[in-house]
Amino acid sequence: MIYLYILVMAAVTYLIRAVPLTVFQKKIENRYIRSFLYYVPYTCLTAMTVPGIFYATRSPVSAAAGALAAAGLAFRGKGLVTVAAGACAAVFVAERILI
Amino acid sequence: MNKQEFRCGLKDGAPIAAGYLSVSFSFGIMVLGGGLSIFQGALMSLTNMTSAGQFAGLQVIIAGGTLLEMAVTQFIINLRYALMSLSLSQKLSDAVTFRERLVIAFANTDEIFAVAVGRGKSLTFSYMLGLQLLPVLGWTSGTVLGAAASGLMPPALGSALNVALYGMFIAVVAPNARKSRAVLFAAALAAAISCMIYYVPALSGISSGTAIILSTVAASAAAAFLFPVREEGETEA
Repeated sequence: MIYLYILVMAAVTYLIRAVPLTVFQKKIENRYIRSFLYYVPYTCLTAMTVPGIFYATRSPVSAAAGALAAAGLAFRGKGLVTVAAGACAAVFVAERILI
Repeated sequence: MNKQEFRCGLKDGAPIAAGYLSVSFSFGIMVLGGGLSIFQGALMSLTNMTSAGQFAGLQVIIAGGTLLEMAVTQFIINLRYALMSLSLSQKLSDAVTFRERLVIAFANTDEIFAVAVGRGKSLTFSYMLGLQLLPVLGWTSGTVLGAAASGLMPPALGSALNVALYGMFIAVVAPNARKSRAVLFAAALAAAISCMIYYVPALSGISSGTAIILSTVAASAAAAFLFPVREEGETEA
């Protein structure tokens, strides 16, 4: 069953990439559709992070510490790996104090 | 096959591969935490080449969602690649054949797309192949390493590393939310809808995959309506 899931994932994702690269090669003129697609990465990443992140660790409090650390570093324009490492470190330290 | 173009691609792809290795390492940890095998995780990474899509897909698998739900989740989250492929197709050299396009499509990720279109000259098949090779290897092997390491890690470290991928999601959204009120609005609305579905008892029957779809579609539609984008990346806010 898991292989069936992976097959569906791979097929849908590949078709999304391959069809516009081979068959349709027209620019999307509709401003509303272009705007919608512009916002999709931000909204889907946020929807996956909140509230999911608060249940990813051994305590919602340590997870909140990780989320705050990530947000603080990200607002300061730090790179992907720095932000992720900062979030992990904050969780680790918070759990040291809590647990 | 042009060796010089291929080597140029390899060089441009190396930094992307290094970044992918660390991101997929944390994905590998989640794969094992979700009850999948190392091989299944590696297969997923090799055949999908997308962080957000795979993360959402993993949620659907863990929740035991339907295949239709899986297909719709992937379609919505990965739809932006259609836009990138459209844009990339305009930058390819006329010599690139239909079959070669089918190969290039496979790993047209956000980062590879950004580097490719930033190159400024018409793109050859050799260059694209070189550009994609190392990132594909990095993404897949990182997943394997993360999954293999997660069994050996003490629980305290495992718990801390669980937030790594979320941290990277925050790292993508936060700087743009700071620059643009429209992105901030879109992200805040997505978070509010996602929380509402999670916490309001009457909505608790909605699965996590469907919750991601609903939040993404509703918040993006509202933001597109209120703050239409003028050109690539530019908003009126």
